Amino acid sequence: MKFSDQLEQRFATMVTHYPTKRSVLVPMLLYIQDELGSLTEEAIHEIAQRVELSDLEVRNVISYYSMLRTRAVGKYNFQICTNVSCLLRGAEDIFEQCKKKLGVGNKQTTSDGLFYLEEVECIGACSWAPAMMMNYEFVENLTAAKIDELIEGLKKKEQQ
Amino acid sequence: MAYLVSHPDEVKVVSKRFGKGATSLDRYLELDGYKALQKALTMQPDAIINEVKASNLRGRGGAGFPTGMKWSFVPKQSPKPKYVLCNGDESEPGTCKDRLIFEHDPHSVIEGVMIAALAVGAKTGYIYLRGEYRYLVQIMEKAVADAYARGFIGKNIFGSGVDLDIFVHSGAGAYEVGEESALMESLEGKRGIPRIRPPFPAVVGLWGGPTVINNAESLASVPHIILGGGEWFAKLGTPKNGGTRLFCMSGELERPGVYELPMGYNLKKMIYDVAGGMVKGKKLKGVVPGGSSVQIITPDEIDVAMDFDSLPKVGSMLGSGGVIVIDDHTCLVKFALRVTQFYQHESCGWCIPCREGTDWMKKTLVRMHSGGGVAKDIDNLKYLAENMLGRTFCPLGDAAAMPIISYVQKFRSEFEDHLNGKPCPYEKAAQPVMV
Amino acid sequence: MADITLTVDGKKLTVPAGTLLIEACKGAGIEVPFFCYYPNLSLQGACRMCLVEIEKMPKLQTACTTLVAEGMVVTTESDKVKQARKSMLELLLANHPLDCPVCDAGGECELQDMTFKYGAAESKFMDLKNHRDEQQWSPVVYFDRPRCILCYRCIRVCGEGMDVWSLGIQNRGPSSIIAPNKEDHLECEECGMCIDICPVGALTSGAYRYKTRPWEMKHVGTVCTHCGDGCKTTLGVRRADTGMQIVRGDNRDKSGINGEFLCIKGRYAFDFAHHPERLPQPLVKREGKLVPTTWEQAFDLIAKKFQDALTSDGPTSIGVIGSNHTSNEENYLLQKFARLVLGTNNIDHHRTADFPAFASALAGKQNTTASMRDVFSAPAVLLIGNDPTEQHPLLAWQIRSDVRLHRAKLYVVNSSAIKLHRQATSFAQIVSGSEGNFVQFLAGNDKAADSVVSPNLTREALTTLRDALKNESGLVIIFGSELRGADVKALVDFGLAQGAKFICLGDYANSRGAADMGLYPDMLPGYAPVLTATRYHEEWLDEIPPIPGMNLLQMMDAAKNGKLKALYVVGSNPIARNNIDPFALSKSFVIVQDMFLTETASIADVVLPVANAYEKSGTYTNTSGDVQMLKKAGEFAGVRNDFECIVRIAARMGYDVHKLVPFGGAGTRADMGQTRGAQSGESDRHAVWLASHNLEPKMSPYDPTAMLDEIQRLVPGYDISRLNLLAGQDVHSQLVQITGATGMGDPALIMPANDSLFTSGTLGKFSDTLNTVYERYSPPHDLEMAADYDPQVRMGG
Ligand SMILES: Cc1cc2nc3c(=O)[nH]c(=O)nc-3n(C[C@H](O)[C@H](O)[C@H](O)COP(=O)(O)O)c2cc1C
Ligand code: SF4
Ligand code: SF4
Ligand code: SF4
Ligand code: SF4
Ligand code: FES
Ligand code: FES
Repeated sequence: MKFSDQLEQRFATMVTHYPTKRSVLVPMLLYIQDELGSLTEEAIHEIAQRVELSDLEVRNVISYYSMLRTRAVGKYNFQICTNVSCLLRGAEDIFEQCKKKLGVGNKQTTSDGLFYLEEVECIGACSWAPAMMMNYEFVENLTAAKIDELIEGLKKKEQQ
Repeated sequence: MAYLVSHPDEVKVVSKRFGKGATSLDRYLELDGYKALQKALTMQPDAIINEVKASNLRGRGGAGFPTGMKWSFVPKQSPKPKYVLCNGDESEPGTCKDRLIFEHDPHSVIEGVMIAALAVGAKTGYIYLRGEYRYLVQIMEKAVADAYARGFIGKNIFGSGVDLDIFVHSGAGAYEVGEESALMESLEGKRGIPRIRPPFPAVVGLWGGPTVINNAESLASVPHIILGGGEWFAKLGTPKNGGTRLFCMSGELERPGVYELPMGYNLKKMIYDVAGGMVKGKKLKGVVPGGSSVQIITPDEIDVAMDFDSLPKVGSMLGSGGVIVIDDHTCLVKFALRVTQFYQHESCGWCIPCREGTDWMKKTLVRMHSGGGVAKDIDNLKYLAENMLGRTFCPLGDAAAMPIISYVQKFRSEFEDHLNGKPCPYEKAAQPVMV
Repeated sequence: MADITLTVDGKKLTVPAGTLLIEACKGAGIEVPFFCYYPNLSLQGACRMCLVEIEKMPKLQTACTTLVAEGMVVTTESDKVKQARKSMLELLLANHPLDCPVCDAGGECELQDMTFKYGAAESKFMDLKNHRDEQQWSPVVYFDRPRCILCYRCIRVCGEGMDVWSLGIQNRGPSSIIAPNKEDHLECEECGMCIDICPVGALTSGAYRYKTRPWEMKHVGTVCTHCGDGCKTTLGVRRADTGMQIVRGDNRDKSGINGEFLCIKGRYAFDFAHHPERLPQPLVKREGKLVPTTWEQAFDLIAKKFQDALTSDGPTSIGVIGSNHTSNEENYLLQKFARLVLGTNNIDHHRTADFPAFASALAGKQNTTASMRDVFSAPAVLLIGNDPTEQHPLLAWQIRSDVRLHRAKLYVVNSSAIKLHRQATSFAQIVSGSEGNFVQFLAGNDKAADSVVSPNLTREALTTLRDALKNESGLVIIFGSELRGADVKALVDFGLAQGAKFICLGDYANSRGAADMGLYPDMLPGYAPVLTATRYHEEWLDEIPPIPGMNLLQMMDAAKNGKLKALYVVGSNPIARNNIDPFALSKSFVIVQDMFLTETASIADVVLPVANAYEKSGTYTNTSGDVQMLKKAGEFAGVRNDFECIVRIAARMGYDVHKLVPFGGAGTRADMGQTRGAQSGESDRHAVWLASHNLEPKMSPYDPTAMLDEIQRLVPGYDISRLNLLAGQDVHSQLVQITGATGMGDPALIMPANDSLFTSGTLGKFSDTLNTVYERYSPPHDLEMAADYDPQVRMGG
């Protein structure tokens, strides 16, 4: 299995950074997931071969990290922090607003495959709470209106 | 992006280049960048360590261990390569400071790692960033590449004959990986399970080699210490608590944000002066002064100096610098539940007390908060937490247990308000729920 | 290492530096409880059961990860410690299903025991427990997740111990779960070590699940009857319609050479004993068909046929084929029967190794053979040929353990990359079939290297290897049947020069015993040439026929030519094993003693159904010469043991059984065989009779220990401690050839069994477990690569 040239390049450089091959595993899995949407059987086998581990061992690692997944999710990944700093500033209402607006619950993808909603732990935006991440992008000082705006904007973008 | 705040009481050391375009290497050089490294290259390793010792810099990751002392534990001679590992896993709820350093002043971390490497004789440094900080991976990778391009990193840096490599490494979502031994496991491509200690990382660390592990803020402070001198840095703070610290103010405050204040700054002033006090209509109920892992303190305990030695006097700890201010509109049982849910989710599962204890506490709190609590639940929560405390394989178990004990001790009545089918007094449309 | 003195519970202990506190306590009889700690596996510090108080340390410390230190003061039973243990159990039990009454581990569960001891029975937990259904992972492995306490023993024994690495841990926190390598099932060596080591009932075996309760079984320690390694096994037996049925095999008491190790065969392949095709009564051929008959009629017929043949064509017209599965006593008795009762040297067995050449090369030198235990502690091991992982699982375990725990150096010389090459310090992949030349090269013949080198192996590498081997002291040299005759001699000479010890690998449980006991046409027990006057000639009053007999193939030829009137096959299946054309035997009267209608039995004229090694007493000698006691565990109604059959036939032929078996004194005249035992269907009549009469052994002609007396008296190397043997220990025998002679035991007759981990000759065909597993893994599986796991890091060193 081959990844994109860019990722192949990244892999080739990264393996030179560590004394053992498997050391590239955690970041590589994340990068592969970014490229494929999820860690497929094929990808797991491929990376296992490359770093000389069993598929099982790679699965053991994948299942440990909360960002890694073996099943694809929606195109826009809404990760709402509900941890304490955000909780204090209304994260629950934000999360409810997302549910209502998207019509899905926690860890669900909308039927059009566009949006995935997930409640997450602290993302390091506590002083700008409530906060969320949308595909690695921080969206901070959230309000219900801001959520609506974000979702509408993305929907519009998709329609074009 | 996170916005920057400012207050006259601030003493900007680590944050002095924030908002000044220091991600550009040229700009960084204009702002005294890499001068400390060049100075360190002319110093004996022991001299560097002594300077850091003199600065009274204590680990900004949470435990507050004296950084200079930690470095001095690394054996001078080692058959295996030595490493420096920058801990940028920042995942402690309430904490968002390392993120700003990486975002605004990436080279200062690189420079800090390099000085640490010189001090202990390491040839390789790794900067581990939590997976969620993807945009920072890009910033840091660019900074590293720029520095390589100028010959600041790599072979024969600044013509000194010293070779030093720095690599950026991304995590993939795990709080526990911030614990230093789990961090090494993760970097080695494994599940983030802590290691048995002793041996400590300074002796047996990454791939068996001696390894210095420091928080990003600790390392970013180092260049300033080398340039300004340990004594200068020490004097910024209180005795045994040198320098300044990035305090992350969160909660229903008028001006939440990350402020750089001298160690020992008064907490009450921090809340009411620096952060502008509580938002209108809300009153202070309690403060968690050092990230979710530390004990809560009550409003009448907040007249306290924010340093590693003063907070224990009111039964809490300085921790990670995350000051979480709790207002009177928040249910403390819910707060406890959310904190416990976090530890239950982030427990690595290796040891019985933490794995089972967090799960049990969470189940109890879920039930209690929804009105299904019974009288013995409160004591049982305390019993569970007390029996986890000090008996787990790594400090995460303590971090899960200590807050709970303090909540129950200091806010018992709020727990009692949830018993016997009573709905949560804070919920808008609370429904009574039975077991 | 220097000694360290510490105080535990007020007792002063002195132990070597580097000792773990938990071991130091154990050594002093102070029990510190544990779940995750396991001797010889990497350290975990996970279960927190072993917390103890150490002076000057504010927190309780885990005894399983703490090394003793000078002056350390430890308290293992304070209130604080007790509370910690109790709460650990409470926490575990919170999510533990309370299904002890139906759990396989019930009664021998470490969690149950601890709860009983430290008291955590009253539950403070009142929420829903996490549930998951039980899963079947492989024919032998079942997993019940809620019972798992996550001690990680299974993962470690499979990875570190077995080098299979097929179990992992997935998810984290309270969702952590043990996972098999193929997502929802396991592909592995099916050894069951993981099940065995599980402290609770989370991993259970397909063989034993829900069959019985531990306290309903009787436990008997005996020896595995499959490969040549001689694992000790404790069989759990229970009453069934057909006799005492074996329901479980393990070696939890770690009493034998194998510690707790057993491979799939030892652990599960006892099921052949109650296979539906097992013969319950003698058969005789009538009108071309085998039909049931009585024992009396069968013995009469056999005796008559032997006598007819003797009268008409003389002793050389009768052949005898012995077994690699019968006991030493039976083998000894059988050759004595052939030589004295039938008067022929026409006796042989399925040979799988060149033991005669080995014995002759050692030339009686003492302490030159290694025991199975020696392999565990040898500083260096040279393995030439064979694939122990498949053919000698215990040996492979010993080698792996030695490398892992003692950093032994392993030199592997093989034509293929056998699995043990993963442990090898040096692996020389030689050209297939060039093992002999390799040995000649070792012995100094540089030209021999020509045929050994390959693209994978340079001449320089070979020379380096030879030099390295010459510098190894305490080397154990292990070789397979690839080496025979002169090559064995060359290897032995090379090794003896530097004080090495040897193991010659033969297949099947008692192939070494068969060889030692003289199942050869040209050799008596102890590899004594039949032609030379020996102690047997004295003892047996010169009744030994003066010419060597026919070997197995010669007998078959004679049979084909109508010159073999009768053939007596005891526990052997030459038609299948030695590829004999069944028609070759159509002109002979064939008597077969076996458990099943094997290829050979099905063309026989009389078939006597006999007991297997799990159903009798006696001794076995494993491939490295370790002698062990068999103890009767199971039984199958209707069958008798080979020993009894041979004696009966001799008696029917009018032979004085006292001359055959030196039992009792004068005047023992009870009806030894007829007395009914406490249980019907007894196959070991002797044992029952003695038991029911409260008598000492050796009072009956069916007493194998009487035969053992003679063996110990006459066969050199077997004059071993009877005390240790009876105590259930393995006793190493020296390999001594009585009168030196070379060139006996034609190497061409050696046919290795080529069994794999999942086959066991004819026996294996009647094991449902082995068959299921075998089918599952053909076409051949390739086992996963090792997870690169460095136990050193976790060992804390
Ligand atoms: C559960 C847990 C999580 C931690 N997370 C972090 C973290 O995200 N960042 C960090 O710098 N230190 C973290 N620490 C502390 C580290 O173990 C370690 O003490 C620190 O990185 C050392 O650096 P310092 O001495 O500069 O503070 C964590 C500790 C524990 C027990
Ligand atoms: S306390 Fe135990 S289970 Fe919890 S994170 Fe640490 S090692 Fe893992
Ligand atoms: S190889 Fe053995 S220990 Fe490993 S999973 Fe299979 S049966 Fe269990
Ligand atoms: S299955 Fe058994 S051996 Fe494996 S971790 Fe669970 S309790 Fe331990
Ligand atoms: S290794 Fe050999 S003796 Fe041991 S259990 Fe397996 S087959 Fe039996
Ligand atoms: S608690 Fe929400 S970002 Fe930290
Ligand atoms: S036995 Fe020591 S922690 Fe498990």
